[in-house]
Amino acid sequence: MIDTLRLTAEGALALIESREVTSAELHAAYVAAAGARDEELHAYLRLVDAAEGTGVPIALKDVISTKGVETTAGSKILAGYVPVFDATVAARCKAAGMPIIGKTNTDEFAMGSSTENSAYGPSFNPWDPTRVPGGSGGGTAAAVSGGLAPWGLGSDTGGSIKQPSALCGNVGLRPTYGTVSRFGVVAFASSLDQVGPVAKTVRDVALLYSIIAGRDENDSTTVELPEIVELPTAETLAGVRIGIPKQVWDLAGIEPGVRASFETAIETARSLGAEIGECDLPLSFDYGMACYYLIAPAEASSNLARFDGVRYGPRVDAPTYREMVEQTRDAGFGDEPKRRIMLGTYALSAGYYDAFYGQAQRVRTLLMREHRAALDAFDLIATPTSPTVAFPVGERAADPLAMYACDVMTIPSCLAGLPGLNIPSGLSEGLPVGLQLIGPQFGENALFRAGYALECAIGFDTVPERLR
Amino acid sequence: MSTTWETVVGLEIHVQLKTRTKMFCRCAAGYGAGENTRTCPVCLGFPGALPVMNRTAVEWTVKLGLALGCEIAPRAVFARKNYFYPDLPKGYQISQYDKPSCEKGNMIVPMPDGELEIGIVRAHLEEDAAKTVHMGGHSGRIGGAEYSLVDYNRGGTPLLEIVTAPDIHSSEEAKRFLLLLRQTVVELGISDAEMEKGTLRVDANVSVRPAGSDELRTRCEIKNMNSFNYIARGIDAEAARQVAIWESGGEVKQETFDFDAGTGTLTPRRSKEEADDYRYFPEPDLVPVEPSAEMIERLRGELTETPAARVVRLGLDLDLERALVLVTGGLDGLYAATVAAGADRLAASNVIANNLVGAGVDPAAVDAAELAKLVAARERIPRVAFDEAIARSGDPDFSADPFLAQEVVSDASELDPVIDAIIAANPGQVAAFRGGKEGLLGFFVGQVMKETGGQADPRAVSEIVRAKLLG
Repeated sequence: MIDTLRLTAEGALALIESREVTSAELHAAYVAAAGARDEELHAYLRLVDAAEGTGVPIALKDVISTKGVETTAGSKILAGYVPVFDATVAARCKAAGMPIIGKTNTDEFAMGSSTENSAYGPSFNPWDPTRVPGGSGGGTAAAVSGGLAPWGLGSDTGGSIKQPSALCGNVGLRPTYGTVSRFGVVAFASSLDQVGPVAKTVRDVALLYSIIAGRDENDSTTVELPEIVELPTAETLAGVRIGIPKQVWDLAGIEPGVRASFETAIETARSLGAEIGECDLPLSFDYGMACYYLIAPAEASSNLARFDGVRYGPRVDAPTYREMVEQTRDAGFGDEPKRRIMLGTYALSAGYYDAFYGQAQRVRTLLMREHRAALDAFDLIATPTSPTVAFPVGERAADPLAMYACDVMTIPSCLAGLPGLNIPSGLSEGLPVGLQLIGPQFGENALFRAGYALECAIGFDTVPERLR
Repeated sequence: MSTTWETVVGLEIHVQLKTRTKMFCRCAAGYGAGENTRTCPVCLGFPGALPVMNRTAVEWTVKLGLALGCEIAPRAVFARKNYFYPDLPKGYQISQYDKPSCEKGNMIVPMPDGELEIGIVRAHLEEDAAKTVHMGGHSGRIGGAEYSLVDYNRGGTPLLEIVTAPDIHSSEEAKRFLLLLRQTVVELGISDAEMEKGTLRVDANVSVRPAGSDELRTRCEIKNMNSFNYIARGIDAEAARQVAIWESGGEVKQETFDFDAGTGTLTPRRSKEEADDYRYFPEPDLVPVEPSAEMIERLRGELTETPAARVVRLGLDLDLERALVLVTGGLDGLYAATVAAGADRLAASNVIANNLVGAGVDPAAVDAAELAKLVAARERIPRVAFDEAIARSGDPDFSADPFLAQEVVSDASELDPVIDAIIAANPGQVAAFRGGKEGLLGFFVGQVMKETGGQADPRAVSEIVRAKLLG
């Protein structure tokens, strides 16, 4: 009997290596678990019944192109689109022997923080199915948390790996920009998008990161990792300097339970030998959101231009080319992509470029500098990942600004291109709270070491209470 | 008092680079394949596909920039030019924009009245659009067509755009500049630059102003001209149209025209409903182009004397027009080698520019030493022998010697006995000639040529016959 709720990827690998189970048996177990629980969670948009491989199965967010398997990015405009090629990350997973369990739900084009913007309906949080799993990668997070996958890949533009990991009690890594290939990943905002792993443990995340990371000749923005990925083993934080942005304490909207869990985690870090201090990220907290909501929509408005109904995806036939494109896009895109296309088009328009997109790029440079200064003084920065625990489905769906506020603490380091790791720090009101650790460029190993030590000390049970 | 008008022209030239693969993917570039067979997820704009820069295209851009005396940007940046059109699969074209690879160059164009310097504002790299064919309409344009077909084979081919300053003041200057630019591109080996195949495309921005003024009045753009002569005629037609408007008290509006070379007419393109706003921004999927100092120096070292400079140099020895023909025809190398082998300059230039080109011989295949022998002997050997020798001068292992052996006979002492015998044998014709039938001269010359097996010099024969018959 394979306990998909508890089994880690490392555990699954051990079972395969000791020949206690086969890869195919594992795959079948997760597909069966999905059959049993996914009606409630809606983590998957589609399952892959006959996947090949010899290793630990994996779930892939539906923005990741999979050869021969429909890939929609959660949008109607890609309904029925079957890629003829694998994204590099999918190819690397396959090359490592990993069969694909299925394609997970996402906010349309990864635009959102709850998966409620998916054109195929929301996913639900395994800890409380009346609540959202976060987003945009809520499908992968719910699948891992709900025992429907041992691990999975998400994509993170402004928090789409870290925030759902926090809300579902998973470990999730948004890697350093440029370490993981974006080739074949449906683009949202190219200068921000990064694919990263989601799993139950820091070691699983590190292992999956080591498989997908590194230079890809099909993505010009990738680099070779400066050091090899190490699976963490030490349960100490001796000598690790952790900075807490002083702005965190004044941030409006942080729930008391989240604050309490964060403070406890910091005390735990101190008890493990970490040196805790205060750092200053004033611009990041004041301007990070505004900066992000100019740059990301601007790039999105251009990235989404290719969905015109000419070469793939559904087409609304009309008398002229222009009408065909307009009607196809009107029918194919949901409200959030339309909203961001409009925002981005405006931000790039002649006469507005300097004031909006150009200014945002200058601010972005300042945020990078601010983070670099903080990371000169500290090895890592710590904040809560999300100001709140998982919120009820529908609570913020009609209020874009409330939804955008979910990412206030995840966004600045994304703009700075820095890696961020979410680990569960505890529960509040019976729901997981996430701790965000931010490292310097290529500082993934440091994040893994600190995350692992804290994970061991915190002893968080990743199986949702109601499913134990 | 009527105003004298000066034409002001700036050119935008698109050169399709002949790299093996496309600008941002590994698909084969170039013609000759079935529709939509040279495509991949990248050049079809599939979701998630990313561009990867063609290093050769970047190198060639720098090379052309150096040949045009441009400053090479240490950091050039590709941008996205956003607009919707079926030939643009991504919804944007990737093109260098505010940070092009090459800026501030120039080209010297030798003119009969001196050297003209034409500024090169910029030369930048971009990707070509796909090819759209509009079916069912009468105009061949999208308006009125029943449907359109798109062939993405051309989409993503590397394209160099070269923009000149408005330093051109006549259609003749434009034509000469283009001839020299084309030759430069061809010699660099970066493009075939053939207008009829679309690998060289030229748009002209034309305005006029009172002579002596330095103002820049409203300009119009003319497109769709597929030969240098048509470009020249298009510029003249547009300048004349604008002069007429100004002289009648009107105002020239900024418009774009198609020039129909058949009728010589300019047809306005349908004006767009809204102004273009391409929402340029730096392409986040690519890294900046930062050519190394070593690469720039290596490319600089590969440069040879430019065609323009060679025209100037040759123009010192020859007529400037002849120098231009030799250089832009790719003939001056053979000319120089032929002269070096001892041929007379003017004679060599005549033979190469007229006889050799007329016979369709590939100048690259000709042995200059053999050609020099022919040039030297061209007055001496029979015409038929000379023509045949030129026609075969590009053959492998061609030797001029057998043809040189066929000397003409023009020496009177050799010709006299032959001519006397023919006059004696044809008393009737002699009488008729003397009676005024001068056309019979040809009969006698023909007889002599026949008798001498074509070796006689017809001019000498004709003089001697005439003198004997009339004398």
